[in-house]
Amino acid sequence: MELIQPLIDGIFIALEPINLAMVILGVLIGLFVGAMPGLGSVNGVAILLPVTFLVPPTAAIIFLAAIYYGAMYGGAISSVMLGIPGASTAVATTFDGRPMALKGEADRALVAAAVASFVGGTISVILFTLFAPPLAEFALKFGPPEEFALMVLAFATFVGLGGSDISKTIFSTLLGLVLATVGLDIVSGQPRLIFFDLPGFYHGINFLVLAIGIYGIGEILWTLEISQGRVMVSKVEMSIKRMLDAFRSLKVTVKSTLAGSLIGYFMGILPAAGATPGSLVAYGMAKSFSKDPESFGSGNINGVTAPESANNAASTGSLLPMLTLGIPGSPTTAILLGGMIIWGLRPGPLLFENNPEFVWGLIGSLYIANVFAMLINLAFVPVFIAVLKLPFTILAPVIFVLCVTGGYAPEQSMHDVWLILLFGVMGYLLRKLNYPVAPMVLAIVLGPLAERSLRQSLLGSQGDMLIFVERPLSAVFLLLGLALFVYPIVQMARHKKRQGGPAGEG
Amino acid sequence: MTGFTAVRRVFGVRRVFGVRRVVGWTGSGKRLGKWLGAAALCAGLAVTAAPDAARAEWQPKRPIQFVIMAGTGGGADQIARLFQSIIEKEDFSRVPVIPINKPGGSGAEALRFLQDEAGNEHVMMITLNSLFTTPQLNPNLGVDIATYTPIARMALDTFQLWVHADSGIQSLDDYIAQVKQAGGSWKMGGTGKGQEDSLVTAMLEQEFGLKMTYIPFPGGGTVAKNLVGKHIDSTVNNPAEQIAFYEAGRTRPLMTMTPERLEMLPDVPTSGELGHPELVYYMQRSIVAAPEISDGARQWYTELMRKVYESDQWKEYTASEGLFREWLEGDELAAYFAEEVKKHKKLLASTGAM
Amino acid sequence: MTVRTAELGMTLLLAALSVYLMVKSAELEIGWIQGEGPGGGAWPFWLAAGMLACCAVTLVRWWRGLTPESRNLEAFVGPATAKILGPTVISIAVMLGLTHVIGIYVAILIFLLFYLRFMGRHSWTLTVSMSLIAPVVTFFFFEAALRILLPKGITEPLFYPLYSLIY
Repeated sequence: MELIQPLIDGIFIALEPINLAMVILGVLIGLFVGAMPGLGSVNGVAILLPVTFLVPPTAAIIFLAAIYYGAMYGGAISSVMLGIPGASTAVATTFDGRPMALKGEADRALVAAAVASFVGGTISVILFTLFAPPLAEFALKFGPPEEFALMVLAFATFVGLGGSDISKTIFSTLLGLVLATVGLDIVSGQPRLIFFDLPGFYHGINFLVLAIGIYGIGEILWTLEISQGRVMVSKVEMSIKRMLDAFRSLKVTVKSTLAGSLIGYFMGILPAAGATPGSLVAYGMAKSFSKDPESFGSGNINGVTAPESANNAASTGSLLPMLTLGIPGSPTTAILLGGMIIWGLRPGPLLFENNPEFVWGLIGSLYIANVFAMLINLAFVPVFIAVLKLPFTILAPVIFVLCVTGGYAPEQSMHDVWLILLFGVMGYLLRKLNYPVAPMVLAIVLGPLAERSLRQSLLGSQGDMLIFVERPLSAVFLLLGLALFVYPIVQMARHKKRQGGPAGEG
Repeated sequence: MTGFTAVRRVFGVRRVFGVRRVVGWTGSGKRLGKWLGAAALCAGLAVTAAPDAARAEWQPKRPIQFVIMAGTGGGADQIARLFQSIIEKEDFSRVPVIPINKPGGSGAEALRFLQDEAGNEHVMMITLNSLFTTPQLNPNLGVDIATYTPIARMALDTFQLWVHADSGIQSLDDYIAQVKQAGGSWKMGGTGKGQEDSLVTAMLEQEFGLKMTYIPFPGGGTVAKNLVGKHIDSTVNNPAEQIAFYEAGRTRPLMTMTPERLEMLPDVPTSGELGHPELVYYMQRSIVAAPEISDGARQWYTELMRKVYESDQWKEYTASEGLFREWLEGDELAAYFAEEVKKHKKLLASTGAM
Repeated sequence: MTVRTAELGMTLLLAALSVYLMVKSAELEIGWIQGEGPGGGAWPFWLAAGMLACCAVTLVRWWRGLTPESRNLEAFVGPATAKILGPTVISIAVMLGLTHVIGIYVAILIFLLFYLRFMGRHSWTLTVSMSLIAPVVTFFFFEAALRILLPKGITEPLFYPLYSLIY
């Protein structure tokens, strides 16, 4: 095949000493930046951009892509260990990763996350290699109505994420959606919900502020209450045998990992969607089609592998619209895009023809970066486990400091840090009263996308709602969403009938 | 004044001597000497840099915050990061310049931030035209851009009217006919009400007596993509946002809204050539600093940006992205800002945005 | 305060929040604009209305004793818990307040000194060394490696020599 030769060339480009050094260094930096709550690949990529002007463009983009990859792996680490999603893409990983860590299975969760990330990344790189141009054309077909339908699909996966109390679950989702509207209404161009005229609200309420507040501060307050001054919270052990067992136990996750990879890749190539809805839909699907949906949320390993394979697949996928259309799918790819333009490369339909050595060097390095990211990540598992062995009275204040500094960093605003504290206390109280908090956090991520695409569609159709069912792609997504919405309810009802008891709690 | 300069010169000379002595100590390999050597090296760098900017009496003491009043990935963001890399690569500044995006409320947050930082000599900002429109659209923001310290105008970005290559529209006349036929359902993409492209759209509507449906998207790149995917019918993009699709034969520019043709789009007629010379609109790319900073700091920033302006990388970038490189500084820039504020006031009033 | 009272209080508080959000959203157009779709305030307004409805449902369920919380007459926050969480939240708030004045680095130092020694009851050796190491690591990680400037308040000039060293 004509693709094999340039790919092999590309892998050789990536294996050149300077490029390989860049891959390893990038993955390491990404891993640590990604593992810090509040900091994600966007920080690593943005700040290291000027450094890369010292090396040739191919080495530079490889370096940045390696950071991007490393951070994706790293995001799972803080989700599992601290229960704080470092980035919106890792929210779904906390659902089962954190319970696993609390059960003393942090090592299993971390290994599963690393391997699933590797599989997701590799599958998507292969798809990327084979089908880049046709997929780019497909991505173009996605207009606002399709984006909205996709959001409906993502929201449908919320069913079952909530707790036992339906009105409280809905409340939580709605509150997240409303918080997401703070800032500026782009359709009318007017500022919206600027509480008390504080200028800090103009940039809206960042997902990270809510997530760090609820999962960082709120979760630690909750843990402090449970532990009541006891020193240890999670029991952790670490041995070679356990590591090997962890690998062996991955057999049960083959299906969820593969499905997650495909879903993630597909969502990633769509310019508007990206890794967060990808990981959510993957989680929702894994849960819906599992034989044992109740065990999700209390430490089912498939609940780690599905979103982790999906978010890595999606992050590779989102390079596609950037390279072929010049559309960044995420803030990180936006900065990568800026870097390419500064280097004199023009992303767009002609990039593959005009700069083949660059494109294939990048693709080759994705294969290499993926391998190294997994190896480095696995090598660090014992280190991360050792951190969990610290007494909680040391860990807790350190996490608070991490939350404060990490919460300040993205917008560099103290306003956000105060909000984190507020959300933390609120989140703790709500949780005590059986309000599920996960739907709120997810709603704040998906809300802006949903509202914007809805209103763009309606503007385009002159206010005609039929546009969503007239367009074939969006109709298909809506149907899928409906099925995903109904399926767990039907199943739950059937289950209830059989058992005559209440369903599990989230 | 002369006395002051003389004192400084003497002081400078003494520091040069000091550097020599300290560097001598480093040779002896003592740890203390190493530390002093590092510090002295910095001082030495500052001194050697001094002749380049003889008037620059002021020097930054800590990293400079470089505020971008837009999100990551847009034109302003790209340019800011390019400036950062030029400054760093060419060693124009002894402290790093650190970009920070404050896109909130069409730049409202950034504007208010700069206003509140009055007197802070370690912050500068790259502007869009929202510098003129946002304070007018949000009077209770309490921002007066006349108080900002103008540093430099680095370039002017241009706008063209774009349609899909398959649309069959070859000329402005075709376009006008088609839009009229669509009767208001013609979809024009842009980046939000009150943004530059919405003003240009309004100018087009007024000039030709058209009515279009304006659909906002986040960022010019997304607008361009939606045109290629035929989800909208036309756009007013910058050349940088469309050129890749244009070169691939997917989109077509009908008119450039500048007095002269663009080097990179030599076949595209100007609005003047088509008989509508008042359809000219630019996006300025300027640098401003906080209000109430010292003259020395103002001069230092102006010199810094002049060096960036003269750099080859900036020349290359402006040429390849279709920007006009046009320098303005000091009072002239302040006057230009005042003029633009007035112009935008009229524009906003006539489009009904205000 | 029992859990039962707490649930009532929280539901009323959230209902008030919903009403506030609705009022705030109504500053923009909340209706349907002909040919355009919903106005700028419609989305948050109707969502907040939905929140209010959820609160009403919760209130009814509370009244009837259908939620587990409404039947729970234990203390909402027990004295032992309050003794841990109260100082924790207050000390974080003090740390944030101090950040505005004396900068984040000194604030972190003071916070850790307090928390490790008086909440964690660790030895002075560990307390002091942790409290000193944390700000230093934070500084080098954020300012030197990632180039993110953290707030320093009035301690800003103390950092000038450090900057000339690392850049």
